[in-house]
Amino acid sequence: MGSKTLYDKLWDAHVVRVDETGTALLYIDRQLIHEVTSPQAFEGLRLAGRQPWRTSANLAVPDHNVPTAQSERASGIADPVARIQVAALGTNCASFGITEFAMGDVRQGIVHVIGPEQGFTLPGSTIVCGDSHTSTHGAFGALAFGIGTSEVEHVLATQCLIQRPSKTMLISVDGELGAGVTAKDIVLAIIGAIGTAGGTGYVIEFGGAAIQALSMEGRMTVCNMTIEAGARAGLIAVDEKTIDYMRGRPLAPTGELFEQAAASWRTLVSDAGAVFDRVVHLDAASIAPQVTWGTSPEMVLPIDGQVPDPAAEADPVKAASIRNALNYMGLTAGQPLAEIAVDKVFIGSCTNSRIEDLRAAAAVAAGRKVSKNIKLALVVPGSGLVKAQAEAEGLDQIFTAAGFEWREPGCSMCLAMNADRLEAGERCASTSNRNFEGRQGQGGRTHLVSPAMAVAAAVTGHFVDVRTL
Amino acid sequence: MEPFQNFSGIVAPLDRANIDTDAIIPKQFLKSIKRSGFGPYLFDEWRYLDHGEPDMDCSQRPLNSEFILNDPRFSAAQILLARENFGCGSSREHAPWALADFGFRVILAPSFADIFFNNCFKNGILPIQLESDLIGVLFEKASGVAPLRISVDLPAQLLTLDDGNQIPFTVDVGNKQRLIEGLDDIGLTLQQADAIREYEARRKVEAPWVFV
Ligand code: SF4
Repeated sequence: MGSKTLYDKLWDAHVVRVDETGTALLYIDRQLIHEVTSPQAFEGLRLAGRQPWRTSANLAVPDHNVPTAQSERASGIADPVARIQVAALGTNCASFGITEFAMGDVRQGIVHVIGPEQGFTLPGSTIVCGDSHTSTHGAFGALAFGIGTSEVEHVLATQCLIQRPSKTMLISVDGELGAGVTAKDIVLAIIGAIGTAGGTGYVIEFGGAAIQALSMEGRMTVCNMTIEAGARAGLIAVDEKTIDYMRGRPLAPTGELFEQAAASWRTLVSDAGAVFDRVVHLDAASIAPQVTWGTSPEMVLPIDGQVPDPAAEADPVKAASIRNALNYMGLTAGQPLAEIAVDKVFIGSCTNSRIEDLRAAAAVAAGRKVSKNIKLALVVPGSGLVKAQAEAEGLDQIFTAAGFEWREPGCSMCLAMNADRLEAGERCASTSNRNFEGRQGQGGRTHLVSPAMAVAAAVTGHFVDVRTL
Repeated sequence: MEPFQNFSGIVAPLDRANIDTDAIIPKQFLKSIKRSGFGPYLFDEWRYLDHGEPDMDCSQRPLNSEFILNDPRFSAAQILLARENFGCGSSREHAPWALADFGFRVILAPSFADIFFNNCFKNGILPIQLESDLIGVLFEKASGVAPLRISVDLPAQLLTLDDGNQIPFTVDVGNKQRLIEGLDDIGLTLQQADAIREYEARRKVEAPWVFV
């Protein structure tokens, strides 16, 4: 056969069988589990009298519901419903023999942060989780995608999923990023360009010089938000950065086996001449720091932009969407983004809570103070280990000196299932991934930005181009 | 899962694009460890004027009269009509659980988010993708004084409108079969246990590091 894309290679290596209709049984190497989408799956196993097919293929962690305030962690989760759900994860894992990093374990954190951190995420593997941002792990040249609870149960019971192959898209980000422009800005610009349904039916491989130049953390940020472009999964080819990142991770292979694995991982690139169903080019140099203005991640503009005018939109469905969004967001057409004042700032989530994100945020926060109009500025590290590393580097001191709160790891205000949330009408500069209505609290208004841009908004009280600070 | 039966149902037009699963079932209801009982909280933030929390008695809550499902004409709707990218966002299967619990069995839209689309089939809901223009026409018909009624024939892959117009639709053969027969996916896959074991044996030689 001829040239293969990275996706083809991953797919072919995991097909158990294909039936007459072209539907494949795909083998799943790894499953990550969290408290919100797993209880009904474990219940299903129990009711059917089934056992996990391969217990060691699973790793569990509570993250969505856990409190991020030290006091509530010590006293136990205050919300009784959340407490039951977190406890249920513990009981389910214990009874089925699945490893869990419970609250209080330094390895606990957001499921998509701890997978790579522990070396549970392996290049060349298939990885699933009952969470849409599983696309994050594609940064390692792994086929990783989110699934529903029925499929969580399916993978637990059979180590397989019923799948059909996706179409492939290559998004090549060519050239070099400007100073102060980050992985988050790249992916927001991509979503702005192709739209939130632009990737539907595709697996997207990100390539080009600007992607190659990113650290593993930056690559994870890009793949993380692939789902916001509607794609099933995001992928980035393996290179020496990938292999260096894997070396010495607690759950990664060691010694001779690591070298054997690394040799195989180096083949995880799309062959020259491989054909994609769609190819999109973006010029990295033209990307400025991005800010979303609406209630969908595709409603995004460079910081020097202005809130769009629905009257200027020819498509009536789109015009209605813009009108709805402006109404919900409390914005007026033509308003410069840099004039929008902010109430709260959130730095965290599986998109931007890794050590590199915290370093970038701290670099802007150093020697500055959170503006008086900001009611709350939170920094929530992605895992206990990220938190420890940041503290070892003194980043926590920089944040608290500037007026930020330094919290325990978890999803926190990314989806506001715990106490961290927006009140109705409050406006937030957030490093998370979704600006949907009510995402950070009912009536809350979310603007997605990079960590550096979030800090810039915190210290000035409004959105501002971080490059001009 | 109950086998999918042909039926004739009322269409509720929900004229928005990018309806995400947070909107379909807000996060506070995800703390439940059960699969049932989500129907009363479907579209909670749009449907009620107050803030919803789990275990609230929804019959006592103030309704948003502007929201389409609160219109008595649509209270028994079984077909939901929406715009593009329906079901985007979080992978929560609570979204199809809530839609099914409310009574929806078919969703019509120009496009669906991938994970939501798959989740529907696991819960007896048939998502049907139709051309954007056709969806526009259906919105016009469904927004008249009398609600639009459509007959759904899954084996024939055919929708019949109450004015006699017919619309054929496509559906993946495997998904169609599983819906019609109400099959248990896990049971079916476990019939392939030998093939899975053979695959594992082969893979252990090729990539032993996956299994340590
Ligand atoms: S941080 Fe946000 S997006 Fe990521 S897993 Fe948690 S809730 Fe989901």
